[in-house]
Amino acid sequence: MLQKEGQVRIPSGCAIAAVISKTGEKIGGEKIVAGIRTMHERSNGLGGGFAGYGIYPDYKDFYALHVFYDDNGARTDCENALKDLFEIVKAENIPTRKNPAIKDAPLIWRYFVAPLPSRVAAMQIDEREFVARAVTRINSTFRGAYIFSSGKNTGTFKAVGFPEEVADFYRLEDYAGYSWTAHGRYPTNTPGWWGGAHPFSLLDWSVVHNGEISSYDTNRRFIEMFGYKCHLKTDTEVITYIFDYLVRRQGMTLREASSVVAAPFWTTIARKPEEEQRELTYIRNMFSGLLITGPFSIVLGFSGGLLALNDRLKLRSMVVAEKGNTTYIASEEAAIRAMEPDLDSIRSPMGGEPVIVTVNKGVLEDGN
Amino acid sequence: MGIDFISAEFDVVRDDARCTRCRVCEKQCANGVHAYDEKNRRMTADETKCVNCQRCVAFCPTRAIKIVRNPNTFRDNANWTASVVNEIYKQASKPGVLLSSMGAPKNLPVYFDRILINASQVTNPPIDPLREPMETRVFLGKKPEKIRRRPDGRLDCALEPQLELALPILFSGMSYGSVSYNVHKALATAARETGTLYNTGEGGLHKDFYAYGANTIVQVASGRFGVHKDYLEAGAAIEIKMGQGAKPGIGGHLTGAKVSGDVSATRMIPEGSDAISPAPHHDIYSIEDLRQLVYSLKEATAYKKPVIVKVAAVHNIAAIASGIARSGADIIAIDGYRGGTGAAPTRIRDNVGIPIELALAAVDQRLRDEGIRNNVSLIVSGSIRTAADVVKAVALGADACAIGTAALLAMGCRLCRSCHTGKCNWGIATQDPALVARLNPDIAARRLINLLTAWNREIKELMGGMGINSIEALRGNRLMLRGVGLNEKELEILGIAHAGE
Repeated sequence: MLQKEGQVRIPSGCAIAAVISKTGEKIGGEKIVAGIRTMHERSNGLGGGFAGYGIYPDYKDFYALHVFYDDNGARTDCENALKDLFEIVKAENIPTRKNPAIKDAPLIWRYFVAPLPSRVAAMQIDEREFVARAVTRINSTFRGAYIFSSGKNTGTFKAVGFPEEVADFYRLEDYAGYSWTAHGRYPTNTPGWWGGAHPFSLLDWSVVHNGEISSYDTNRRFIEMFGYKCHLKTDTEVITYIFDYLVRRQGMTLREASSVVAAPFWTTIARKPEEEQRELTYIRNMFSGLLITGPFSIVLGFSGGLLALNDRLKLRSMVVAEKGNTTYIASEEAAIRAMEPDLDSIRSPMGGEPVIVTVNKGVLEDGN
Repeated sequence: MGIDFISAEFDVVRDDARCTRCRVCEKQCANGVHAYDEKNRRMTADETKCVNCQRCVAFCPTRAIKIVRNPNTFRDNANWTASVVNEIYKQASKPGVLLSSMGAPKNLPVYFDRILINASQVTNPPIDPLREPMETRVFLGKKPEKIRRRPDGRLDCALEPQLELALPILFSGMSYGSVSYNVHKALATAARETGTLYNTGEGGLHKDFYAYGANTIVQVASGRFGVHKDYLEAGAAIEIKMGQGAKPGIGGHLTGAKVSGDVSATRMIPEGSDAISPAPHHDIYSIEDLRQLVYSLKEATAYKKPVIVKVAAVHNIAAIASGIARSGADIIAIDGYRGGTGAAPTRIRDNVGIPIELALAAVDQRLRDEGIRNNVSLIVSGSIRTAADVVKAVALGADACAIGTAALLAMGCRLCRSCHTGKCNWGIATQDPALVARLNPDIAARRLINLLTAWNREIKELMGGMGINSIEALRGNRLMLRGVGLNEKELEILGIAHAGE
């Protein structure tokens, strides 16, 4: 019998694309679909997905939980657990439309929730850690329930299918946000489980990734020491946890975190000024278990920005382009041209060089 | 002869047509096997004295000598083997504890040989170490839980003392006394040249070698031989030796015959006196006592040196390591069942302790389960035989490996397992000045450098095949390993899947 995602590690090739408006202007979901559709050949119909930021302005102060359920029994159990931890201000089916290519859909629910202050205070942790732990616990202990999106004013939409079919299924054109990421998956066998599609999300982090990292088990075993559980056994999952750990829990900057996962070579470090040498050596030594080797190109989405990063040998293609106040990122230039034919600039970042794009301070009126 | 007679283990076969009577074999053999029969103008051999060290074979200019197993046998018996029977004869003759040297030769499973390494195909690319950077630099020492920042917001890069190695291989502790001056000189030279460390063992540090301090680990063992403030400050790190894989639970005994001149001065004991290391440290009867010694040594060296605690791999090694990781130690060195020794009681060597592969896997997992793996680095030894063993050990979770036997082999040792006799024909495990002089420290150092260089190249090739270009991404990467012919329990302990899974 074929094993489900998480019971077995499934390598995959992929396509990624992303777009962000630095002035916080709303971009319709159809824009990113145009990009990812162009890279149809880079996926094989076994997974596609999107993450949008700034898409829930009316509920921006609440964590938006997107949940897959195998059946209503699983839903009842999970909802009872949620009620115990959160105030649920809205619960609804995520609107979908029939698409002949999208089959075996689970029940797909969306909740806007606020953690119960008494529960947060009792655990002596901050609110985001509370939500992260709740998501981890439900995903690891509740059969048939899987929370696949848990950030504020952001949402992930994913399914088994080609990305453009997934977008049609979720009516992505009905949403608008200041940034989007997209993923088309080419797994090497048939998991057939929606949770295994990408982006992978935790809190407001979302990761789309193309590659197969060779450091996976080193990274997994390191990060699992700190309360994370790698259920899906995917690169994307562990990469998301690594950034969550380094940035949210260690308080590192995105640039510093990038120097952990795509550390400069020792020979490169030796050529830097003394102060920088000391810092980079410290970072490599301190978090040696979080160095990622093997090919990857990732786009990390977060509230107010995107980070694009290649492995340090640049074993996967990734290009970045600008047009006015909008930045485009994709595995292939063709995808960017499909979103915006007339570009101001286009370039291929170096291996290990982080490209960080943030929405200009103060322009997000919905409070990101 | 008679009831006490034990038939020689080996036969000395000499091709008389090739033999030129040059008598090199006679001069080379400290055991007195070869002799010249003036009357008949031919070489003779007393094979009962032969330990099969291959010295005569290697030096015979006409390749006239072969040492072969003596075909004389007892009646076949799978239970009462010849070695068991002969040991009974020896003990019936004299009521002594039998002594042996080097690692246990018993035919127990070598788990390294039941583990295979992965390589990249199609879904991700292998990396060619001749064309791309391939990194093997390792830092050993504890890492704090949280980063700290300076008032200006930049990272505070201060860490507790760390050891930096150019490759994940060190030399194991081998004391001056158990091995010769020239061996230490070669090890120190090679460590400096290759960017790693050698280890004094429990014999103190000869005054000539203080200059190699940055590449030296100084050991503090239960006899405290040669330990003083300058010694502690001389090394890059201090190792507290609690145990040794070849002889867990017992101390050591360097016979007075080996405690001559410089050895006596270096150990700080009278010439000719037996150097007896007790089984326990008499100030460490429990884990809280170990903590006191760790901090005493740190106090004595102003917290500038990492402290290593070396233990033998025994049954509850995971719990022991967990205790050590909370004791203030920076590094744990674990020495496995097959680790070498200059002398150990045969029964202990062959029957006490557990294989390093299982001990390492259990310790690494336990420290991770408890979230304290970053408190310490792990060095493993006993026995690491090839670059592939290093790669497998690192993938199981080791930060670095220490080699003793492999280093001695590089210097000429033929593994005759007779170190305890003090008559090492290769000038390694001896203090006899004539024998010591046989080992040229410059040549020996060159051979050690060659060995480490070759292994590092092989490590890079294996890493490149897996698509890994830095050793830290291999550490604990058990997904890169598969077992063959192992049962489920063994796989569970090793934390690896079976080949085909």
